[in-house]
Amino acid sequence: MTIFVIQILNSFFYAAVLFLIAAGLSLIYGVMRIVNLAHGTLYALGAYVSAWIVGSAVGHAVERNLGLAGMLLLLPLGAIAVAAVGALIEPTLLRPLYRRSEEYHLLVTFGLLMILEDVIKLLFGRTPLSAGTIMDQMGSIPVGRLIYPAYNLFVIAVGVGAAIGLWAFIYRTKFGVILRATSQDRRMAAALGINVSRVYVQAFAIGCFMAGLGGAVVVPAQAAVLGLGVEVLILAFVVVVIGGLGSLQGALVGALIVSFVRTAGIQFFPEIELAVLYLIAAAVLLVRPTGLFGRA
Amino acid sequence: MAMATATGTPIWRITMGAAIILVILAILPQLVDAYQTVLLTYGLIMAIAALGFNLLLGYTGLLSFGHSAYFGTGAYTVAFITRDFGVHSMELCIVGGMLGTLIIAAIFGFVCVRHTRIFFGILTLALSQVLWSLAFKFFWVTGGTDGIRIPYANLSLVGGLVDFKGAGSFHRFIYAYYYYVLVVFAVSTIIMWVIAHSPFGKALQAIRDNETRARFVGISVRRYRWIAFMISGIFTGLSGILWVPLNGLTTPDILYWPFSGEIVFMTVLGGFRSFSGPIVGAIAFNYLKTYAIASTEYWQLLLGVVLVVLVMALPAGIVGTTARLAAKLGRWTK
Repeated sequence: MTIFVIQILNSFFYAAVLFLIAAGLSLIYGVMRIVNLAHGTLYALGAYVSAWIVGSAVGHAVERNLGLAGMLLLLPLGAIAVAAVGALIEPTLLRPLYRRSEEYHLLVTFGLLMILEDVIKLLFGRTPLSAGTIMDQMGSIPVGRLIYPAYNLFVIAVGVGAAIGLWAFIYRTKFGVILRATSQDRRMAAALGINVSRVYVQAFAIGCFMAGLGGAVVVPAQAAVLGLGVEVLILAFVVVVIGGLGSLQGALVGALIVSFVRTAGIQFFPEIELAVLYLIAAAVLLVRPTGLFGRA
Repeated sequence: MAMATATGTPIWRITMGAAIILVILAILPQLVDAYQTVLLTYGLIMAIAALGFNLLLGYTGLLSFGHSAYFGTGAYTVAFITRDFGVHSMELCIVGGMLGTLIIAAIFGFVCVRHTRIFFGILTLALSQVLWSLAFKFFWVTGGTDGIRIPYANLSLVGGLVDFKGAGSFHRFIYAYYYYVLVVFAVSTIIMWVIAHSPFGKALQAIRDNETRARFVGISVRRYRWIAFMISGIFTGLSGILWVPLNGLTTPDILYWPFSGEIVFMTVLGGFRSFSGPIVGAIAFNYLKTYAIASTEYWQLLLGVVLVVLVMALPAGIVGTTARLAAKLGRWTK
């Protein structure tokens, strides 16, 4: 029974991280119809930047002690850095391509992936970076006869908070209305006086922020290594394909499905755990190409 | 490269041009060293993959981001039949590998051609990753990340007439294998040229340019796409088959999705709007990657910048840009 509870908590932890990544991917696709192959690498960049900032801050702090709150406040800096990178990328690399076909979007973002992978290697080196001190200081809580890291619960809370926050942002604010209007009809939005270029930059930066935040919250629990982004991108794809490209609810449900299937898979059928996920994505695409919550 | 403007060029000029290039390729190993010969062999092998890939992208208008699946299937089938069935003949490997690829491409293609555009791309990607994860996880069959070794010494070419035993065998293998690949490459190119310029190829282009009209003319769009998908897969599979003995090892890396991205890259580098573009692109990409890796630790950065600049400034690729420059020059000199 205790194992069961822990597996469910693990699934929620994993779903929270996947949701952060997939929601950004979905938001970017929903607003500007770009499938961002570099999205996973932006997540990795967030993880590296956060780990590096926390690591060097701890190193420079008085008596090497920053306090838990201090370190937690430093974590989102990685996400902000990634959002800034996104705000640079959109006007320079993506804006000239909106009029051209999707093939070119995939190619440019693939090129961007290669560039960012090596930039990460250049900046942070080959050794894995981690912010494990945070996880250690948070300690653990008892679950039945076992203990469970409290940090994982914190990540689940961040995921829930991000889901609610993003929902409120898109459906309850003026900017959200503008965002949805632009996503539905770009030309009409422009005719109504909306600065579409600015909305695009903002939407892309928010999407990148989500990816970066995913990396930032994951790095105290698992170290940032090279190739992290390439691996996670396909899982994020599976999530948005199941939920529906461009749908926020879809990203949430997709993340839950993927993480529960994956946890069950690791427990019961480890050899085909990944294959099953890809097959589910393929099956959903066949039956409902717009996903569970997508629109045509 | 006369083939670039194949529509307006008379057939004898294309044949002449191709023959000259073939003669140059045949003489080249006598002039350059063994290392360059190996590089060129890799380039020719990848050219077959890019040719196959371009039947889908350039001629049918479908961007597959999962062609690593067919390359990998070809490679792994050869690895299995040499290791588990003790096959030594390269020709048997080719037949077996192509059969294996055909089966996978037929199944995957049947599923994938139900969609176009971005959904087609994601579907091919997802299915290719199924194969990658299987190769990765079933390590007692596939060797996992260690892969499977395929020593060239176990293989013989041309029905057992050429084998590689005894002293100096590696050197002999390199040169013999170059000519072997060159012949397969030439035959593949001719076959692909015939396919692309046949009524079937024209029908594919009609589908690419206007699906609705193509359907009105009576082309059964989905079946044509499926057939194109299978042909494309077999060519890419053949490339994987030829690649294995030269590389000596097959690992899940060639099934992983960034490898599919490389195939797309080389095709766009050469130019996917022309027949010869993928060939030029594959050979050029092979040199580019080899020298980038040799010169800097950050070779991915270099290749990424090349790709971004290519898409931004030269979407027609090497062949398309050269053709345009040549046309401009011709007008200017007149």
